[in-house]
Amino acid sequence: MPSSPPPESAPDFDRRQFFKHPLEPVSIDVTLRINGAETKLRVDSRTTLLDALRERLALTGTKKGCDRGECGACTVHLDGRRALSCLTLAVMAEGREITTIEGLARGDELHLVQAAFIEHDAFQCGFCTSGQIMSGVACIREGRANSADDVREFMSGNLCRCSAYPQIRAAILAAAKNGGA
Amino acid sequence: MQPFAFSRVATLNDAVAAASQPGVALIAGGTEMLNWLKETIVKPARLADISRLPTLDRIEADATRLRIGSLARMSDVADDAAVRRDYPVISEALLKSASPQIRNMATMGGNLLQRTRCPYFRAETDLPCNKRRPGSGCAALAGEDRTLAIFGGSEHCIATHASDVAVALAALDATILVQGSSDARTIPLVDFHRLPGDTPQRETVLAPGEIITALEVPASALARRSHYLKLRERASYEFALVSAAIALELDGRLIRTARIALGGVAPKPWRLTAAETALGGVSIDDAGALRTAVARGFTDAQPRKHNGFKVELATRMVIRGLQHTGGLA
Repeated sequence: MPSSPPPESAPDFDRRQFFKHPLEPVSIDVTLRINGAETKLRVDSRTTLLDALRERLALTGTKKGCDRGECGACTVHLDGRRALSCLTLAVMAEGREITTIEGLARGDELHLVQAAFIEHDAFQCGFCTSGQIMSGVACIREGRANSADDVREFMSGNLCRCSAYPQIRAAILAAAKNGGA
Repeated sequence: MQPFAFSRVATLNDAVAAASQPGVALIAGGTEMLNWLKETIVKPARLADISRLPTLDRIEADATRLRIGSLARMSDVADDAAVRRDYPVISEALLKSASPQIRNMATMGGNLLQRTRCPYFRAETDLPCNKRRPGSGCAALAGEDRTLAIFGGSEHCIATHASDVAVALAALDATILVQGSSDARTIPLVDFHRLPGDTPQRETVLAPGEIITALEVPASALARRSHYLKLRERASYEFALVSAAIALELDGRLIRTARIALGGVAPKPWRLTAAETALGGVSIDDAGALRTAVARGFTDAQPRKHNGFKVELATRMVIRGLQHTGGLA
């Protein structure tokens, strides 16, 4: 909601600076390349990539856990590198290759890491799972999944409240051994 | 968060011009800015995206120095072969920071400009904080001070700086290259962050319109024999209770030169210069002598109600760090 200007007698009121602030939301046209397909959207400049994916594009596989960069549930790939979509503005993701959990499988054929998560019982409630898998795929590609200690450390950006950590670790180690990601 | 206009900046000149305008904030990796916006810690009228400025993300090393562009991502610097080989404390500090996702997004310049994790500064409700609202007071002084400073604080603010790599850079006498509208200058890293004094809202010596363009670290035997230790309440993905960057030059078993910088204890990386001097000539095998020398760095410590443990914890960590860097333990 736009607010009315403060009275001119307010001690720290700088008229020049105040009237430069947009009182109305600022809309921006963006083109996002997601899982190989381009989509055009008009978004509020404040929209995060996470909210664009979930609220505008019905790509709800990516989850909002904390919305402040502390849990990893929102992990996606930007230009092939794992990143947090809750801390990325949608407008800043323009021109980059965005990969979400929906983009991993080839039709009905699960990605190696997805299959490993099933085989190794690596989820309970499933809420962290999309982020774990996206992060795990990248972890393997980074060459950081060669040992349990490596996986512990390099998956530390993904929290699991159900504490499926041992199984998540086993799944990622197995997938790494079976030909990587 | 309040609405903001958004523009992408194509050249360094444009970036400097944008940074010179009131109400404009720069955004690069976004890992701090997004949270500042969400918590209304800042309310810019416009965000200027500098993340795609060309050439500012390079990592270059030659025989005399390492030069890291301010837009280089933390993960790329950490994994760089020259950094790992010749400046290991930098790589270690970066790999102990944040999470892999954040390290892929966050830039070196932004890392130096991160703001404190003090719970009162970051609170979602409006609490007395002289950084957020100058003059409103400091709730930490009589409150939860466990994670806060034992050096360099004031009656207005006892917040700490949370960057790990800044501590490593301080130990290696790095300099920061800065571009303003009329000139460029270099600032020693140890002089970049300000102590709070009575103006805790002024956190660095950057003037309006100045942008960090690069960091430089001189090559040396010290840099090549360096490590980073970080003590925290989780094994990973957590800020430091105390941390230390240690660099050593040895003559046989004797310390010729030591550099020690602490994190988690002050509003800026804290060089233990008195301890560095006292360590000259001390044998790396003499734990007692190490402790006596290291203790010289803590005589001016000002522990608060709940963080006094940091004095002994940091002392032991520095001793362990010296032994580890010297090839023991």
